[in-house]
Amino acid sequence: MSRLSISGVGRTFPAVNRGATTLALQPTNLEVADNDFITILGPSGCGKSTLLRIVAGLDEPTTGEVRLDGAPVRGPGADRGMVFQSYTLFPWLTVLQNICFGLREKGMPAAQQAEIAARFIAEVGLTGFEGHYPKQLSGGMQQRVALARALANDPKILLLDEPFGALDNQTRALMQELLLSIWELHKKTVLFVTHDVDEAIFMANRCVVFSARPGRIKNELAIDLPYPRHYTVKTTPRFSELKAQVTEDIRAESLKTAQMER
Amino acid sequence: MKPLREVAPGPRLALGVLFFILFFAAWAAATLGGFVSKTFLADPITMVRSGWTLLAEQGFAKDIGFTVWRVLGGFVLAALIAVPLGVLMGAYKPVEAFFEPFVSFARYLPASAFIPLLILWAGIGEAQKLSVIFLGSFFQLVLMIAVQVGATRRDLVEAAYTLGANDWGIVKRVLIPFSAPQVAETLRLVLGWAWTYVIVAELIGASAGIGHMITDSQALLATDQIIFGIITIGVIGLLSDLAFKRLNRGLFRWAAL
Repeated sequence: MSRLSISGVGRTFPAVNRGATTLALQPTNLEVADNDFITILGPSGCGKSTLLRIVAGLDEPTTGEVRLDGAPVRGPGADRGMVFQSYTLFPWLTVLQNICFGLREKGMPAAQQAEIAARFIAEVGLTGFEGHYPKQLSGGMQQRVALARALANDPKILLLDEPFGALDNQTRALMQELLLSIWELHKKTVLFVTHDVDEAIFMANRCVVFSARPGRIKNELAIDLPYPRHYTVKTTPRFSELKAQVTEDIRAESLKTAQMER
Repeated sequence: MKPLREVAPGPRLALGVLFFILFFAAWAAATLGGFVSKTFLADPITMVRSGWTLLAEQGFAKDIGFTVWRVLGGFVLAALIAVPLGVLMGAYKPVEAFFEPFVSFARYLPASAFIPLLILWAGIGEAQKLSVIFLGSFFQLVLMIAVQVGATRRDLVEAAYTLGANDWGIVKRVLIPFSAPQVAETLRLVLGWAWTYVIVAELIGASAGIGHMITDSQALLATDQIIFGIITIGVIGLLSDLAFKRLNRGLFRWAAL
């Protein structure tokens, strides 16, 4: 049985100012197995983030339903950890307190919180920064804390909404490797939304390509590159082959988006 | 000078002090130079001298004490109710929909116009003074705090939800800490306004207080005492403002980063 089951999930946004309603996401089906690393790739505005937000419980589907381990998703919860594109660390809390946020909400004793937090701070390479406030950290460091904060909660599935989108290329590549190593270590299930083709192929075992708006799954690819993946995999012929294929798919959709906006 | 370029702390202080010096110099020149009649405006030296007499011989310190106690009493009472209500209004839209129209209406009611009514209801004792301050600050506080709490970044709220926070957890651990620095700034601002109400309240039906001293002095045409009273209020206001600012900066170090 799959861990996360998305069946017939569609989203229509209500009309604004007597305009027409907006169909953001056509009814979509997706089965996510345990330990899957699925990237959702699509042009901007294709509804891929909407789908992720519905899985997180932050938005409600107009049609269909999401089930996690058989139980329907009714709202947000600690069993689905999320990392956002914007920097969402709580600015009034230190790195340590940010990572403990969810644990404290669970009512875990402070000593145990600190122990778990220390482990994840070490995993994202931020030992020594426990007492820093988010504003004292670079963008990449903030997203590493956000990742540690989501992981500390031990969610069943990790949802990432273009988490490295605002970072520069070098930092982004390092973050991808970091996330991949953490995923290989913890055997998490991951849904990762991105518009970056390299990123989508490098990390995923399955890559889902979305069509232009109104979004639907256009194509699904098994990424058969072996794990553990080293960054050098990006220069292998197989990677280039997959990249060519995905680029072709996504380019057609981006063109459609561009034409719609004209 | 370049637009928005910061000025160093030393020159900044010097510029601020310079204006005070120029202000007093112009005042001294106008009065001591004989350009303005003493009946209308006392000169700075007479003002300082009669201020000393007030403090040393006429128990003006007691008046100051009364005024400070009224401002703080009325303001603290208003804040004790306004802060929780503002937080609830900011957090829960139905609560806001219920109170907001009335509060918006009430904040335009001039507190000083209620003084005759308040004398009728509460007499001329302390209750009446405190109610004027309360009326003057409460509605302003509620409305501004509600707006600030309601303006909490949505992505932080969503992040907290995905970390397992429940609705009350969102209020307690996201909305309140996020808006706390601005709420503290609002309290500081409104405390300043409370000072203007207290004098008006004391002009009518008071037996002590800075405002009371000013009314008495008016009967004697003692412009030196009136000006000393006004300056006293200014100085106390400035000091309490500085103390409040320092407290806020200490409490919310993260906001200044």
